[in-house]
Amino acid sequence: MKFLLKGGTVVDPASGLNGARDLLVDNGRIVKVGQDLPADGARVLEVPRGAVVVPGLIDMHVHLREPGHEHKETIATGTASAVAGGFTAVACMPNTDPVNDQAGITGYILAKAAEAGLARVYPIGAVSIGSKGEQLAEIGDLHRAGCVAISDDGRPVASALLMRRALEYAGMFDMPVIDHCEDASLKSDGVAHEGARSSMLGLKGLPAVAETLIVDRGILLSELTGSRFHVAHMSVASALRSVREGKARGVTVTCEVAPHHFTLTDDALEGYDTNTKMNPPLREQADVDAMLSGLADGSIDVIATDHAPHHADEKALEFDRAPFGIVGLETAVPLCFDRLVHRGVVTLSRLVELLSVNPARILKVGGGTLAEGAVADITLLAPDLAVRVDAQALVSKSKNTPFDGWDLKGAAAATIVGGRIVYVNGAVSWSGAWKDHV
Amino acid sequence: MNISPDAPASLLGRHLLGIADLSPGEIALVLDTADAMKEIGGRAIKKVPALRGRTVVNLFFEPSTRTRMSFEIAEKRLSADTLNFAASTSSVSKGETLADTARNLEAMQPDIIVVRHASSGAAHLLSRVCRARVVNAGDGTHEHPTQALLDAYTIRERKGRLEGLKVAIIGDLLHSRVLRSNLLLLTKMGAEVWACGPATLLPPGLAQYGARVTVSMDEALEGADAVMMLRVQHERMKGMFLPSLREYFTLFGLTEERLRRAKEDVIVMHPGPMNRGVEIDSAVADGRWSVILDQVSNGVAVRMAVLYLMAGGSEEAER
Repeated sequence: MKFLLKGGTVVDPASGLNGARDLLVDNGRIVKVGQDLPADGARVLEVPRGAVVVPGLIDMHVHLREPGHEHKETIATGTASAVAGGFTAVACMPNTDPVNDQAGITGYILAKAAEAGLARVYPIGAVSIGSKGEQLAEIGDLHRAGCVAISDDGRPVASALLMRRALEYAGMFDMPVIDHCEDASLKSDGVAHEGARSSMLGLKGLPAVAETLIVDRGILLSELTGSRFHVAHMSVASALRSVREGKARGVTVTCEVAPHHFTLTDDALEGYDTNTKMNPPLREQADVDAMLSGLADGSIDVIATDHAPHHADEKALEFDRAPFGIVGLETAVPLCFDRLVHRGVVTLSRLVELLSVNPARILKVGGGTLAEGAVADITLLAPDLAVRVDAQALVSKSKNTPFDGWDLKGAAAATIVGGRIVYVNGAVSWSGAWKDHV
Repeated sequence: MNISPDAPASLLGRHLLGIADLSPGEIALVLDTADAMKEIGGRAIKKVPALRGRTVVNLFFEPSTRTRMSFEIAEKRLSADTLNFAASTSSVSKGETLADTARNLEAMQPDIIVVRHASSGAAHLLSRVCRARVVNAGDGTHEHPTQALLDAYTIRERKGRLEGLKVAIIGDLLHSRVLRSNLLLLTKMGAEVWACGPATLLPPGLAQYGARVTVSMDEALEGADAVMMLRVQHERMKGMFLPSLREYFTLFGLTEERLRRAKEDVIVMHPGPMNRGVEIDSAVADGRWSVILDQVSNGVAVRMAVLYLMAGGSEEAER
């Protein structure tokens, strides 16, 4: 399909563009960017008033649950949730059943993603066989099959030795090692951030230092090996301090933060709603403030959701028995606008770096730019659209969100993957040819 | 006080999940009501019709003798129909969830569910699922509100007041729901609470909730009006919390000699069950300071007061 995205503000930090431009898309690619482009036989799609055209958003940390946990989410429902949230691509963690530790499983995931035909799916392979921390997975094979990074997410890379080997080995393929940073012995059977709140709620603590200890390990080993280390879902101030220091001395460390970790504190645990249980847990105000400062000053590279769907029955248990995790794909953009852009923490251009440019750069995948010749992965954002989060109305198969009923400002308006319109938000007022897609 | 079956609506809110939800006025109301209930326990015929026709389910997922019996006696003295449910004999062992167990009980229309569970927040979960009123009889390491109320009653009975007293709570603070409920209650009522235990068993942030925190037992005991000893469990050696119970006693065991730092008329309390020779020396547990058995007696009166105040309201009155 050939079309002209007309009359929008285009924000493309990768090419330093922030202004009124038209985008001509043909055959899945952006073929021309300019002012007042002629239709030239293309279908004209008028960008709605107030909407912004940005490179497709990439969520580099999701759990699609397939194969093995299809009652929580499938690749089809997960990618439908992704495009409804404005994401044109997601990178899925390997903690499925079986674990994505061999090329056959990577191939299965990619085939299912192609079948769904919604968001692009970039599989992340396991560091170790079965993510058990004992023996390296066939990382070369995983790379060749399409994995863009390796991680034992769900659990930390088990030992310093394994982390060292993983960095050395993945470095041959220029893949980052993504670590869920948490010292297992300090974690023990904790379920909530260790602090005054968990003390009085009688919930076993997950100390902040358990995260920072393993962030420090990764930074030192990244420095030793010269390979790229990425901190998954960073949540504590002291870990951010370590990342800042590492970056300052030239270590190839990058990090991501999840929207719930810059929005909520452990105050939300009052009442024991299991949708406030995730790992890393909701931290204290000082940690939230640190995450906001890291987003503002550039020391945090990426916003990623850690989208972790769980069935309602699994969450309807005692707090200490319920699984960790919340869904995030469909609430990320509203939270980013409401909490970051509209409050002046980051500019829209910086938000696009966090949600698109940097994840593309870290994973070395396409997208992240609207330059001529780039793949036509495009997100339209409606910064001022008022939304009320309705958990039951989420596209994701699971509804485990702590944001049910929240009123937020800002949303995804439309999602275009490879030149195909895969999502159009019905709450936006569309005109002309768009109406065929609503 | 005249206890009539036509009592007013619940004076304690919908549920009793924790001391955190109670105002100082509500706490005082429970203690005053318990005075009247205690009088009933002294009669030859220890029964009033206040809860006649009401059904109370004692839902105990954790082994408990003292608390369950105390509730049961309280319920019977108020003429409620009582039903005991113990986890070991239930469908819980067949894999049924807490919420489903509660829904099934709910279908039999109980008026009050008294619940004891090993998970913090379990009473909150029940209160969201059930229409019946929920009384928390201990949830994990979170709260044990009726224990704190009976402790406060016992202190008030001996000292005539709570305000301005120094109360030392000593032992395994980390794993104690008794600590949490007592800290909340006593600070609300104007007492000064000292929390003392080994550094490995101190929950972080207690000072934010008004506790004076110390690892020095002498400091905690200095001038204390009441001392509450908490039970130390044998399995605490496994989590690397303690090297040995022998060493624990030398550092944190309450002996006559140590107790001399407290006020002359200090009272010594323990929520039970006691480990003699671990957290408390027998000479203290059985000595003139001890009000440990008073706590048990008062527990019945305080639980009667709680049940009476909660069941006081009719369903009609609520609507």
